[in-house]
Amino acid sequence: MATNTKAANLQESGNSAVALSNEEIMRYSRHLIMPEVGMEGQLKLKRAKVLCIGTGGLGAPLGLYLAAAGVGKIGLVDFDAVDLTNLQRQILFGTSDIGRPKIEAATDRLRNLNPDIEIDHFETRLTSENALDILKDYDIVVDGTDNFPTRYLVNDACVILGKPNVYGSIFRFEGQITIFGAPGGPCYRCLYPEPPPPGLVPSCAEGGVLGVLPGIVGAIQAAETLKLIIAKGEPLIGRLLLFDALAMRFRELKLRKDPKCLVCGEHPTIQKLIDYDQFCGIRGEESVSPAQTTVPEIAPRELKSRLDRGDNLFILDVREPHEYQICNIGGYLIPLGDLSRRVNELDSSREIVAHCRSGKRSAEAVEFLRSAGFRKVLNLKGGILAWSDEVDPTVPKY
Amino acid sequence: MAVKVIIPTPLRAYAGKKESVELQASTVSEALSSLTNLFADLKKHLYSDDGRLRSFVNVYVNDEDIRYLKGDQTQLREGDILSIVPSIAGGKSN
Repeated sequence: MATNTKAANLQESGNSAVALSNEEIMRYSRHLIMPEVGMEGQLKLKRAKVLCIGTGGLGAPLGLYLAAAGVGKIGLVDFDAVDLTNLQRQILFGTSDIGRPKIEAATDRLRNLNPDIEIDHFETRLTSENALDILKDYDIVVDGTDNFPTRYLVNDACVILGKPNVYGSIFRFEGQITIFGAPGGPCYRCLYPEPPPPGLVPSCAEGGVLGVLPGIVGAIQAAETLKLIIAKGEPLIGRLLLFDALAMRFRELKLRKDPKCLVCGEHPTIQKLIDYDQFCGIRGEESVSPAQTTVPEIAPRELKSRLDRGDNLFILDVREPHEYQICNIGGYLIPLGDLSRRVNELDSSREIVAHCRSGKRSAEAVEFLRSAGFRKVLNLKGGILAWSDEVDPTVPKY
Repeated sequence: MAVKVIIPTPLRAYAGKKESVELQASTVSEALSSLTNLFADLKKHLYSDDGRLRSFVNVYVNDEDIRYLKGDQTQLREGDILSIVPSIAGGKSN
């Protein structure tokens, strides 16, 4: 009898000899007793190969659920190390993982969860040079990255290779989820032909994110991935799911394949991978706003010594009030967004030093004030973070 | 026509921190111009310098992308919901 079942399993799996051990049958019993998964679906999961790009907020629940569900081969791509600010949402990692490469900590965690699956790890940044080679061996790609260049890279590589891309992205309380690159379905460029110019859309590092949001969005990506593998239900193709955790509301918008799409349209002009940093207007690893490189600056130590010798400096803090509550260096608070309206509160005859958290928003403030006729305005280089590092370590960093 | 415009989280900072705005408009174009009249800072986030809607911002009337309707000339009906949906990249957020 047991032999017959095994033979049947082998038949189901086609030419690859995949079957479940008795222990696996026990492990996946809650799948196996559902007709939508059953033995057939579970063997499909076991044969499936899924690549997770990013092992952070989205990658954490995704990796955990794919591993738990018995996806036979999971590839992980990441190049970061775990840090303290990750733990608010990246539930793959614990406090003892701080400083470890994410890929290593993630692999340990997933192996412990399910030792029967294979985990491939790529400790690298995904680039135009390595993407096709890394993606080619997988059936499905799941995009859990945090930046526009990688998102366009993943999209184009998936279209070129004909692989579905289970997409999720998040900001503060809001998430977007869909499947791109499915046969006949739209791609990321059909939705957004071009990325925003650097600096116009804040990143999560600047804008913040509710810790549980990537948990919800990543879990939805996991559900869609499992559905694609077992070919059951209605996949999220041609539909953009919007989730607002604050209102606790899901909405769905129609997503169409753009016949004029440059990569998946009728006459595609992009048939190989391009330079995505250039496409997104970014040079090097970090996006640097033009203002940041051209406005006059003052280093934290220099500011400290000038304050100590009693120079008549006016410290302008352009962060938000809730950031001021976390820490401040006694500056006068005018959030950047209010500056044009409240500029009359400033005395243009005094020397002004503007600061924010990292120096980016205050560079914009300095540029604005100079264009408004202020002559003596300086940007505190590196913001309150650098002040904490170089002058006063009692100021907390966030 | 009374319509509702849903402002996405990344743009709320430029729209008086509002989640949505009720407006009177008979086309998408009218709705967006009264929105940017109310909130001048929104303008540069919605339109490029040549006055076109930015390519990383999509506008939907109910669940349909205006690019597949009549663009900003799409007619609105009483109670329609306009959604502004910009691209967001966050995920790993280091």
